[in-house]
Amino acid sequence: MLPLEGLLVVDFSIFLAGPSAGLRLADLGARVVKIERPDGGDLCRKLYVTNVTIDGESTIFHAINRNKLSVSANLKDAGDRARVMALVERADVLLTNFRPGVMRRLGLDYENVRERNPRLVYGEVTGYGRQGPWKDLPGQDLLAQCLSGLVWWNGTSAHPPLPIGLAIADIMAGANLAQGVLACLVRRGRTGRGARVEVSLLESMIEIQAEGLMEFFLTGGMPQREPAWPGHPYRPAPCGIYPTADGYIALGECAVPDLSAPLALPELSEYVDPAAWMARRAEIKAVIASRLRERCNAEWVRALDAAGIACMEVLSWDRLMVHPAFARLEMLQEVRLASGTRLRTTRCPIRIDGRVLKSPLGAPAVGEHNQLVLEEYDESQSRSEQTQGDSAFQYRGLDV
Amino acid sequence: MKPLEGLIVLDFSQFLAGPSAALRLADLGARVIKIERPGGGEAGRSLGISDVTIQGSSLLFHTINRNKESFAANLKDPTDLETVKRLVAKADVLIENFRPGVMEKLGLGYDAARRLNPRLVYGTITGYGPEGPWKDKPGQDLLAQSVSGLVWLNGNAGDPPLPFGLATADVLAGAHLVQGILACLVHRGVTGEGGYVQVSLLESMLDFQFEVLTTHLNDGGKLPQRSAINNAHAYLGAPYGIYATADGYLALAMGSVPRLGELLECPALLQYSDPQTWFSQRDAIKRILVEHLATRTTRQWLDVLEPADVWCSDVLDWPRLLAHEGFAVLDMLQDLHYRDGTTIRALRCPIRVDGALLKSDRPAPIVGQDNARIERELV
Repeated sequence: MLPLEGLLVVDFSIFLAGPSAGLRLADLGARVVKIERPDGGDLCRKLYVTNVTIDGESTIFHAINRNKLSVSANLKDAGDRARVMALVERADVLLTNFRPGVMRRLGLDYENVRERNPRLVYGEVTGYGRQGPWKDLPGQDLLAQCLSGLVWWNGTSAHPPLPIGLAIADIMAGANLAQGVLACLVRRGRTGRGARVEVSLLESMIEIQAEGLMEFFLTGGMPQREPAWPGHPYRPAPCGIYPTADGYIALGECAVPDLSAPLALPELSEYVDPAAWMARRAEIKAVIASRLRERCNAEWVRALDAAGIACMEVLSWDRLMVHPAFARLEMLQEVRLASGTRLRTTRCPIRIDGRVLKSPLGAPAVGEHNQLVLEEYDESQSRSEQTQGDSAFQYRGLDV
Repeated sequence: MKPLEGLIVLDFSQFLAGPSAALRLADLGARVIKIERPGGGEAGRSLGISDVTIQGSSLLFHTINRNKESFAANLKDPTDLETVKRLVAKADVLIENFRPGVMEKLGLGYDAARRLNPRLVYGTITGYGPEGPWKDKPGQDLLAQSVSGLVWLNGNAGDPPLPFGLATADVLAGAHLVQGILACLVHRGVTGEGGYVQVSLLESMLDFQFEVLTTHLNDGGKLPQRSAINNAHAYLGAPYGIYATADGYLALAMGSVPRLGELLECPALLQYSDPQTWFSQRDAIKRILVEHLATRTTRQWLDVLEPADVWCSDVLDWPRLLAHEGFAVLDMLQDLHYRDGTTIRALRCPIRVDGALLKSDRPAPIVGQDNARIERELV
């Protein structure tokens, strides 16, 4: 039995941050129902990153929205809105990432919804918080990275401010939202009371820089990016990725003199003071880099492993996926759409009681589950008259 | 009432991933007790580069161990171990990130802990999963990034594999551990039974790439192609990126290229009316933008683009961010007060609950500072 089995999540959010939180709750066992516009649904369905589509929709939409159901509703139509409100009244969690004010106009703001369902945990993602001069700016990943200062951590000193090459603000905000929602469900188990949880892309991006910012408050220094072979702006030599004769290897943190023997670099044994590993980071790394270029990955990994030095060969996806260590992770799964189309994707990264969490249910078509969800709602409403206070949404197993 | 008030978390973990998970549980209201070696304490106390140490521990340690208590115990000493087992029997959550097998040898592995306390939620972080050829490899952030393929998504096409300049593997594995633990606590509220949650740095790095990996798995196995210039995301077309202006930088997210051409008065962009070209001609479009955007200031461009609802922004550094009203209104900072009168400034938890911020002015503990109280209250 999955930990969140029996919980109903009504998910109004679109794109990545909110829906990624919904996906996590789904993989942990909740039933997640996307509420989508009848004309096209979640805008992410058309957010193409390559010309590869799955049933005419973007691959990233399918990655983010597998294991969910879809109910289509025109929230400006009173009848549709009433049906959605009836679902919200039975829900355990609501997720939204509309700009501040939109849910209020729809009558779905927290204050209103709480009156109808005091047990509801209401989760909201915004770009920059609900107040202040940035509240109406587009809540977009790159823009949040750029306002937060994060782009000065990444790359080398030769790069201009360099964004992190994935949607880290969306992903972190989604992860934080899932945490806040789950914590409030824990509390609800004891108090019976719901909650409002708010996160934003910007706050998530600022908090992730806590290490550097605390340093900044004391010393006034910005992150010091390295001229070459960067690892992490706040970590000493040898931490970094270096070219070898046939590829690249990564060196983790270690005592610099410990590299002297496996790399046959006697000069490294002189760096006995750990303060020098940071203060003379560029110089130490230049010595290491020129040596590592001389031989192949396999030779270096063997020598460094034998010396107990933290190192790994740098892999690309194609090489990773044929590695026996990857196969042991069981990280991939196949999901199926109602049309019969199958696709491969990753699974939830969390194991519970020793088991990986997989689900064969692919992303839904817009409104695919209107009948199923609304019919079952009617059933559960009549049942709820007998089991008062039990908000667990009962449903038939889906045929997938 | 903070959501996790009343819960007790025993944190055996070290360095970054595990302690960051415990910090989040602490900020959400749990009582977090670090179990540390007497004397030197957790190995992470010396982790970090700053010359600034506080009470003998690094600033990085203080960043991720605030709002916790410390219980010093030598786990190889039978008396101490017995005391720790009594704590395990009373705890709600246990977190550890030793290499596979270490907790079992101490008699504190999941099965043993569950016998002591069937309601316990037990969380483990490893580097590369509980089994397989990499299970004993050092679980270190940069190494997990490097084997996961992530490093080919960052920087420009001409760059070598470039790590994300942030401990993303540690941070995300910690976040995933928190999610698993909280889900099991929800479940415990229904069944009364605890659970076992395992995450790893590598699995968290693969999940971080789930959108682009799904694309790769269904596009015939193509590898990511970073832009030659101004890369911001290997899978997004022009104009997505950061551009230098006459006095700073401007970020442009996704949007119509010809519309940008009109707004920016850059006729060379008007020819790209087919959205397919925004990807296929990505570098050419970006080169035009690089040249054009350098001719005016960031403010001048924003004054044109913002009223037209183009997704764009200034690029701030910390001094400018911290001086901005948009930052002040977030109330992101809190002061930590040490017993010796020292005060340092820290960040708060990024989650708001019921409109309130989750703040705590309690700093990181000294090794063993809470032994007496914990023994009195819990043993």
